[in-house]
Amino acid sequence: MTITDRPVENGVNVQALLDARNALSAAPEAAQFTWRASCTWRNGTHSHSTVASFAGLGAEQQHRTTYEFDTDHPECFASEDNGATPVEFVLVGLAGCLTAGVAAVAQHRGIQLRSVTATIDGAMDILGILGADPDVRNGFEAITVRFAIEADASRDDLEALIAQSQKRSAVFDVVANPTNVLVELA
Amino acid sequence: MMQTTAVVIGAGHAGLAMSRRLTERSIDHVVLERGEVANSWRTQRWPSLRLFTPNWLTRLPGYDYAGDDPRGYMPAAGVVATLTRYARLAAAPVCTATTVHTVRTTPGGFEIQANDEMLHARAVVLATGACARPAIPAVTGAVPRSITTLTPLTYHDPSQLPDGGVLVVGASATGVQLAGEIHRSGRPVTLAVGEHVRLPRRYRGRDIFWWLEIMGVLAERYDQIDDLTRARHLPSPQLTGTPEPAATDLNTLTAQGIRLVGRLGRISDGVAQFSGSLRNTCTLADLKMNRFLARADNWANAHGLGDELPPAHRLSPTQVDPLTPLELDLTSGEITTLLWATGFRPDHSWLDIPVRDHAGHIRHDGGVVTSAPGLYLLGMPVLRTRASTYIHGAVTDSEALGAHLHSFLNSQLR
Repeated sequence: MTITDRPVENGVNVQALLDARNALSAAPEAAQFTWRASCTWRNGTHSHSTVASFAGLGAEQQHRTTYEFDTDHPECFASEDNGATPVEFVLVGLAGCLTAGVAAVAQHRGIQLRSVTATIDGAMDILGILGADPDVRNGFEAITVRFAIEADASRDDLEALIAQSQKRSAVFDVVANPTNVLVELA
Repeated sequence: MMQTTAVVIGAGHAGLAMSRRLTERSIDHVVLERGEVANSWRTQRWPSLRLFTPNWLTRLPGYDYAGDDPRGYMPAAGVVATLTRYARLAAAPVCTATTVHTVRTTPGGFEIQANDEMLHARAVVLATGACARPAIPAVTGAVPRSITTLTPLTYHDPSQLPDGGVLVVGASATGVQLAGEIHRSGRPVTLAVGEHVRLPRRYRGRDIFWWLEIMGVLAERYDQIDDLTRARHLPSPQLTGTPEPAATDLNTLTAQGIRLVGRLGRISDGVAQFSGSLRNTCTLADLKMNRFLARADNWANAHGLGDELPPAHRLSPTQVDPLTPLELDLTSGEITTLLWATGFRPDHSWLDIPVRDHAGHIRHDGGVVTSAPGLYLLGMPVLRTRASTYIHGAVTDSEALGAHLHSFLNSQLR
């Protein structure tokens, strides 16, 4: 790690995160969050999702605005390609989460970032979702994330940065570990 | 009702060390012990277990290791013998076969119901240890009935296991040792690996505990540690006490033929599912180990030992098979036994005093339970220093808490 006189500024308020950790450790019920999305079918494989509110810190919370997302499948699936596929949204979620983690950990460790680019591949054998081969799973066979990082830090420090980012990533945990999922009729 | 000044609960290394400190200060006390001295070591430890700290580090107040193998690792039976001798040496007033049922506060101090008797004391020291119960994850409820399940408290040796494969869950000190021992018995072992601490048994010709001690790591105080909660819950290092120093890291186990899988997540319809994070878990452990070894090298250079010690080196990174399975069918007959090596918890269920936090842990300041004056906790990981996790930590911990207890009694008299 290079020691510089300039304060490191990655735009992450580490003090706020540390304060939140202390405050929420003392009041664990406020740490219970629920994240939400709602999805409306449009036509064919095209659906429209919105994200507006969530619950946490003991209250209902609103995003600054309502975010909208279209999901669909590409034309080679005989679809209209009105949006990214749902599995690509998973990749977006994972890359976004890991990259945010890289910035936060770098700030905490005093590493000034100049650029961070994650390229993410998810390998999938679609014989699984087509039901054509019972030995093939539906989901990704493997996911590969490649980080290109320019920063004032050694390669070892950057290795440690991406390792720690994975360790504290919600989406990495969601993707890598089983989660109970309940789907029911309203 | 019996009356005494102080009651120490538990006659293991911590309780006996405290007894010795109280005797030094002429504080009238008894040590209540549900079984015999060193009961856990007699009845709840498998016979091949050895301390993973070297013998020279096995110190207690007024006791230094004086045997002929200071660099060896003490077997469980040796720990029993050492503590039994120590209890005699310290003339500890131990009441054996005395089970504590409840401890409550009273206006004058504490009342302790033990066996059928009621005791009254002005101070109580909880020294029943950090490893009273196995910590078993809730997923245990989904293990198929056909599988024999064991914990380190019920495990004795591989001959008690049915033939067939064994899933060992947890790869800290207990898990890596038992995985190796069971695999050598001809039962193929699959080891589920979560977050772990990798350290070499020896580095540059010295035991790793030589480094931890001389670099001052073990002496780091609880109130100077950045993330104390994390330090107190850190898994034990992948070290094993063996007759001869031997590496027991994951690469050694893989070379032995043991199959590594990720952390056990869920068992669904009899199929165990493992985390896909194994590679990162191993990377993190390798990074941390290498940071520590770099610190050790810097320390050696700074203290003029750089040329005297064998040269610095690094261990090979932990090898993780890219095709590590994510699932294992526990109903196929391949696995017949599951061993939970998922850590231990203390058992203070008899403590009827509201001193716990939301997670059920006793709130304390370096062993002083400040919300119940006169109550002390001893023999817990990183209680007052990193050494508190190990037997010799009781030397300074019992000294500090003995002094605190003494001044508490004096303050009551004023």
